[in-house]
Amino acid sequence: MERVMKAVGSPVMKKDAMALVTGKPVYTDDIAPKDCLIVKVLRSPHAHALIEEIHTEAACQVPGIAAILTWKDVPQKRFTMAGQTYPEPSPYDRLILDQRVRFVGDAAAIVAGESEEAVDRALKLIKVKYQVLPAVLDLREAKDNEILVHPEDTWKSFCPVGADNKRNLCASGVDQDGDVEKVLADCDIIIEQTYHTKANQQAMMETFRAFTYMDAYGRIVVTASTQVPFHVRRIIAHALDIPKSKVRVIKPRIGGGFGAKQTVVAEVYPAIVTIKTGRPAKMVYSRYESQIASSPRHEMELKVRLGADRDGKIRAIDLYTLSNTGAYGEHGPTTVGLSGHKSIPLYSSSVEAFRFAYDVVYTNRMSAGAYRGYGATQGIFAVESAVNELAEKLQMDPVVLREKNMVREGVHMPAYYGETADSCALDRCMAKAKEMIRWDEKFPSRDMGNGKVRGVGVAMSMQGSAISGVDVGSVTIKVNDDGFYSLMVGAADMGTGCDTTLSQVAADCLGCSVDDIIVHGVDTDVSPYDSGSYASSTMYLTGGAVIKTCDRLIEKIIARGAETLGCSPEEADFDGKRVYRLDGQGEISLKDLGNQAMCNNRTALEATESNSSPISPPPFMVGMAEVEIDKETGYVELIDYVAVVDCGTPVNPNLVRVQTEGGLAQGIGMALFEEITYSPKGQMYENSFMQYKIPTRLDVGKIRVEVESSYEKTGPFGAKSIGEVVINTPSPAIASAVAHAVGVHIRELPITAEKVFFGMREKR
Amino acid sequence: MKIRFTLNGTNREIDIKPDMLLIDLVRQLGCYSVKRGCETSNCGLCTVLVDGKPVLSCSTPAARADGKDVVTLEGIEEEAAAFGRFLAGEGAEQCGFCSPGLIMNVLAMEKELSHPNEEEIKEYLAGNLCRCTGYMGQMRAIEKYLNREGGQ
Repeated sequence: MERVMKAVGSPVMKKDAMALVTGKPVYTDDIAPKDCLIVKVLRSPHAHALIEEIHTEAACQVPGIAAILTWKDVPQKRFTMAGQTYPEPSPYDRLILDQRVRFVGDAAAIVAGESEEAVDRALKLIKVKYQVLPAVLDLREAKDNEILVHPEDTWKSFCPVGADNKRNLCASGVDQDGDVEKVLADCDIIIEQTYHTKANQQAMMETFRAFTYMDAYGRIVVTASTQVPFHVRRIIAHALDIPKSKVRVIKPRIGGGFGAKQTVVAEVYPAIVTIKTGRPAKMVYSRYESQIASSPRHEMELKVRLGADRDGKIRAIDLYTLSNTGAYGEHGPTTVGLSGHKSIPLYSSSVEAFRFAYDVVYTNRMSAGAYRGYGATQGIFAVESAVNELAEKLQMDPVVLREKNMVREGVHMPAYYGETADSCALDRCMAKAKEMIRWDEKFPSRDMGNGKVRGVGVAMSMQGSAISGVDVGSVTIKVNDDGFYSLMVGAADMGTGCDTTLSQVAADCLGCSVDDIIVHGVDTDVSPYDSGSYASSTMYLTGGAVIKTCDRLIEKIIARGAETLGCSPEEADFDGKRVYRLDGQGEISLKDLGNQAMCNNRTALEATESNSSPISPPPFMVGMAEVEIDKETGYVELIDYVAVVDCGTPVNPNLVRVQTEGGLAQGIGMALFEEITYSPKGQMYENSFMQYKIPTRLDVGKIRVEVESSYEKTGPFGAKSIGEVVINTPSPAIASAVAHAVGVHIRELPITAEKVFFGMREKR
Repeated sequence: MKIRFTLNGTNREIDIKPDMLLIDLVRQLGCYSVKRGCETSNCGLCTVLVDGKPVLSCSTPAARADGKDVVTLEGIEEEAAAFGRFLAGEGAEQCGFCSPGLIMNVLAMEKELSHPNEEEIKEYLAGNLCRCTGYMGQMRAIEKYLNREGGQ
């Protein structure tokens, strides 16, 4: 049968929408058994210390306390909490509890009890004698420092990522094409600048949480708010040193992830309590814990050298990224790669040579992890800011400069794993954005005559669609009685709507309505294997698996129908409603086939297919910001943000729009508000929503989004990805708008009034 | 201590600890729509109505509910669904974790303000954080809802 785009491209309402908007109990904490032990963690007050003694006797006496665990009680095999495909590039540097604590907030003991009150009391009664050690807190001082974050010999790195724990190195490396020094020496103009981004928090509304219990088969069941159920299964098995067959992971509805839940932040604590006590246990992170002991964006310092000729041809990019992975290496070796591989290729049309070198260092700060953009955000802030500074030096419109140099459809991208931009509407995105914000009228700035001045700025962005050659997406589809379908997915819908969008793809493949398909996800005992929802993979990769699975299932439906109709499969076809003989001599409805399959049947009407991709087609985007700055105070108000995105075919236009608007708002938060500062002792100041200010609806101005689609022939119905590309443009675009308005270049995020004010004062 | 109050129209008499918070009480009584997002009165997820006025249940001692009428989303499911359909119609419920708190406040706003403009809506709902949507889709839904047939 022929595939017709009906559901794909429609703003279908999410399948779980009505349950969510009527407040049904569908999230982890809502469905936890009521007799769960409450689990909490005693956290280190020191940035670096050894636990010399830990006394739990008094705490154990608190009525209702069921278990108190210290470093002596946990398996001594190191593992990683990073939710990545095995063998993980992240080093095995964790224990559930370690004698050495490595940041303020690191786990020193686990307490489980029958009430929160008892647990809180017990936490206060644990006496720990720490041997406080000097700490390495500054990422610039970490490499080859005599203070080692991981001196232990049991530390392991399984992949060749240039890691060395005796040098505080989580990863290091160089990637290059051409002779960058030679080309730079030949350039008319060189921009050389250093940029600094902070360890922003994902700040999803639902903090980290999981509950655990033993089932009838003596296996541990982990219900977790996670993006990576199958990785959780493996990591729990590693952490507890039990066979993977003993672990089952269930993902209910998730209150946002944005990458935070691609790390197993909370799951190990209730899991070990359940293993030790046999009792159900639950851990719910407070917002305070989510701020100080979680998995935020990697802080990075990026040095850019950009070489161009006088006409504005960008000829060479040299980028060095120093990334701070904090106390543990989750996602350290991989995030850094994107800082170069997803910024430099934006200029593939003109760049003759590039070099991208990096070091990822351990420090005694909270461990970093995966956050939407995954390193690309930091790299794009640096490279796009440098390009904007180049435009200024050339006295050229930064839009014109980009039009001269940007990657276009068909261009080979040496800095993007040697792939070619087969689907790319970046040029159309730029033209559209320019028109939407009325760039030519507003560039570079306008004095409003009331002590305020407005400026506009621009930036481009790209990301990937799944990790090429690594990620796996799979689905199972079954025909049930009356012919309804069940779609079993292993990809995690974390609010993004993939349960629905994957159904849209299936509906158009099977020629049915989205309502004819029920979705089940995710249960590692039931769902087919999927790497999980990260790296902008779900629509491109798992969507592709849906197409393959539908094709296989249709073959089975036709074969089964043909058997009933007394012909060969080649003599029959399926139109979504019925299998019919091509000669018109008979037909059987899907409904009858479904019912028939449940009586005297020897062939299961179901199919499972996996998908993986040798390439990772990038989505592209242009963002433009208009800001208004108070010349007296330096206060920056975002007036207008326009963005035009090329995600290939938008499978669900509503969800594409909301993903884009939401990603931009997070990017705006990173650009303007979301500060991370530490005390000299390594305590993080922004440890609640009082200090860590994510944007409210009063802070984001007007966000306007349009789509300029290219068609990615390897993607389902031409789709690429949308989830991550959308967060990358605000920081460089807003920084550039500020520079155009008041001539101040902010190279360290966030762009606060203080920085702008002092910048203006320096200029005077 | 003993308190008496009505929860979603049902009379309740219950023994509580003096330091119990209203959010924990209503969740204990099965009102799971009420979510905790921050514990510092910043996010608005835990919004419930006490005597018709929206309050943050994470910062309200349960004892304060004594003698009061407490309403959670469970108590106004039809109204919630009526607005919720507009929200979902924009795809703007996303993860849904902040939706109950937002919906409580939107419904309270509808009663309190007559024909609010965009600025007034933003002001009224400024305490309702959302990390997924960037707020634009919520605004589209709110405007469509308020301008619906039979609406304000």
